[in-house]
Amino acid sequence: MTLEQLNQIKDKYADLVKVRKIVAEEGEKLAKVTGYRKQVLVCGSTGCNSSGSKKVLAALDEELKAEGLEEEILVVRTGCFGLCALGPIMIVYPEGAFYAQATPESVKRVVKEHLKEGNIVKDLLYQETVHADGSIISLYETNFYKKQLRISLRNCGVIDPENINEYIATDGYQALAKVVTSMTPDDVINELLESGIRGRGGAGFPTGKKWAFAKATPGDIKYVCCNADEGDPGAFMDRSILEGDPHAIIEAMAIAGYTIGAKQGYVYVRAEYPVAVERLNIAIAQAKEIGVLGKNIFGTDFEFDIEIRLGAGAFVCGEETALMTSIEGNRGEPRPRPPFPAVKGLFGKPTVLNNVETLSNIPQIIRKGAKWYSAMGTETSKGTKVFALGGKITNVGLVEIPMGTTLREIVEEIGGGIPNGKKFKAAQTGGPSGGCIPAEHIDTPIDYEHLTALGSMMGSGGLIIMDEDTCMVDISKFYLDFTVDESCGKCTPCRIGTKRLIQLLEKITEGNGEMADLEKIEELANHMKTSSLCALGQSAPNPVLSTLKYFKDEYIEHIVDKKCSAGVCKSMLRYEIEADLCKGCTLCAKKCPVGAIAGTVKQVHTIDQSKCIKCGLCESSCKFKAIVKK
Amino acid sequence: MNEKTLIPFKGTVVQEEQLKEVIAKHRDQKGGLMPVLQEAQGIYGYLPIEVQTMIADGLGISLSEVYGVATFYSQFSLTPKGKHKISVCLGTACYVKGSDKILEAIEARLGIKSGECTEDGLFSIDACRCVGACGLAPVMLVDEDVYGKVTTAQVPAILDSYRNEGGDK
Repeated sequence: MTLEQLNQIKDKYADLVKVRKIVAEEGEKLAKVTGYRKQVLVCGSTGCNSSGSKKVLAALDEELKAEGLEEEILVVRTGCFGLCALGPIMIVYPEGAFYAQATPESVKRVVKEHLKEGNIVKDLLYQETVHADGSIISLYETNFYKKQLRISLRNCGVIDPENINEYIATDGYQALAKVVTSMTPDDVINELLESGIRGRGGAGFPTGKKWAFAKATPGDIKYVCCNADEGDPGAFMDRSILEGDPHAIIEAMAIAGYTIGAKQGYVYVRAEYPVAVERLNIAIAQAKEIGVLGKNIFGTDFEFDIEIRLGAGAFVCGEETALMTSIEGNRGEPRPRPPFPAVKGLFGKPTVLNNVETLSNIPQIIRKGAKWYSAMGTETSKGTKVFALGGKITNVGLVEIPMGTTLREIVEEIGGGIPNGKKFKAAQTGGPSGGCIPAEHIDTPIDYEHLTALGSMMGSGGLIIMDEDTCMVDISKFYLDFTVDESCGKCTPCRIGTKRLIQLLEKITEGNGEMADLEKIEELANHMKTSSLCALGQSAPNPVLSTLKYFKDEYIEHIVDKKCSAGVCKSMLRYEIEADLCKGCTLCAKKCPVGAIAGTVKQVHTIDQSKCIKCGLCESSCKFKAIVKK
Repeated sequence: MNEKTLIPFKGTVVQEEQLKEVIAKHRDQKGGLMPVLQEAQGIYGYLPIEVQTMIADGLGISLSEVYGVATFYSQFSLTPKGKHKISVCLGTACYVKGSDKILEAIEARLGIKSGECTEDGLFSIDACRCVGACGLAPVMLVDEDVYGKVTTAQVPAILDSYRNEGGDK
């Protein structure tokens, strides 16, 4: 592969991909050039797969054939569009018609009415993309997308991730060509340093510095690792990037290899991400085939290869030293640093390890320059950050925002607010290592420093929104439960500390708490922060400390009043049937999933509290309001 | 972890041949133990002590090393799973939407706890941490079928649909 050949592929496929970003007249014109009258993009990422996009694709295939349109309409299975709540997502270009929650039935209508007869099926469109007069608003003009800036996700939902030509069409592998043919390793490092990019995996260490250390360490054998062990429950940006734009990671790893002097790369990815693994495998094979991986890359002496290693469900393996121990085939336990991986990493060799999202930015920084990148974001946090927006929010999905965007903009504008008229209570960032940001800090700009100052952290990018029905004591217990499970057991402060912390929290949620427990919690938490071996143990108390800081009243309510206002903690909650209101209709007994309600027709029913799981189904199904939560 | 299973090991000759191939493929690979365990679990469905012993002998490492790795990672199971594997996502996004209640409803319905298998071998339940379908929270999986926005009311019907083969997906 030469640069000239790369450019030929780029020219050949550029228009085909460009159609997916331009609508209206210009789009129509361009579509004619490509040989396809229309293109149908269907999200094939895990989120949409789960809501049935495979069936949608199959139906599309079948209907197009039935109507004899398969030659003139191109179907593209893309990565994630971000709006997972509306999946499966199907978009038709050049009109830019966004069909939400597609089904095989709606596909039938779209193929016939829209693709064949040329009339957009308005009642199937995502309503936010339709003007009052019936005309279509571009997807990128909707509230969800308007404030976003898609850099890491630029190709997700645009290209077919299983087709290397489409990646090349969007300037793919140009950065690698530039690096190996015209830049020295120091040039690359300087570019990264100047861009200000920091690691997106959690700690925010400057990427340029990391690479410089690994380059400076002498050694014949070095390694590049990609951390795709996205363990934070509720975070799925790395998965989406791997599923939607896997070549960006391959290109970035090769650039890292050239820079530090490594020939071999490893991607450590969760086994729970089968789609990502499959696409990555396909991408690696294609990259080898055209010669952007392998020997003599772009006619130079540089060679680079990538191997995939699967994780096996251990959160601690997201920690860099534990990850490398796991690739070596051992129990994934962390080890003390120094020596840092840049000096002594995988198999004892100098290693650079970056997170997926970090890597996805690098080819673009090389191509567009450090200044382009550093113009985005805040003083100390440059660029963008991808968040997996979840929990009690209308637009659940993946969002990428410039650093410095406020939490309010994310929740109210991009996220579309809290559903069911509930009130925003807190946002949780950083997963089990992070903390909660309460409503009074909703105007905080999101960047590394501001989040840390609030007692939370950037983390990998899970952003869980909580409303008034979320109990903060229960949430910190939830995170502790996670870290108790995931503590590897190597160091005592983490192994015993997490266990003791959860026992104290359980005591409180079971209604046996004492005020002195709060002091014990704080003391223990601070010991764990200072004496645990790795970041897992050091940060495990964060969810407790931050909720204790902002929601101490709630802890006190549980301890003193033995009450859980959010109605979550089971020992403080019971459902009862009001005898005078119960008509004995048997509906609640039929609905109860655990058979906790007894009673015969026209007789007053009773709830067996020992069986009741407090799911509230009886309360919501009773037509006589005879069941009350106490 | 003391996970000595009472269910007798029923490995076949064909499975053993497959395992030998896997071991041969990874024997000289750096850090090959994890891929071997992953593929072995794919062959047998779980990793009983008999399989771990074959792996240890095949790779020329000690059984304690194999056991150490097999018990460290949650993906590896030392006990057999049910014919239908139920996973309830307890990731944060699902949890705040009440997936713990879904898990409890399933446990109560089947009379087993998370991590266990029903006596007839039909169902096993596991809690998992995020399948990445947060847009559909709360989520449960039965084998490969994903059920999104699940309510406790749907649990009995979902489970029953697997008693008569297949499921409703």
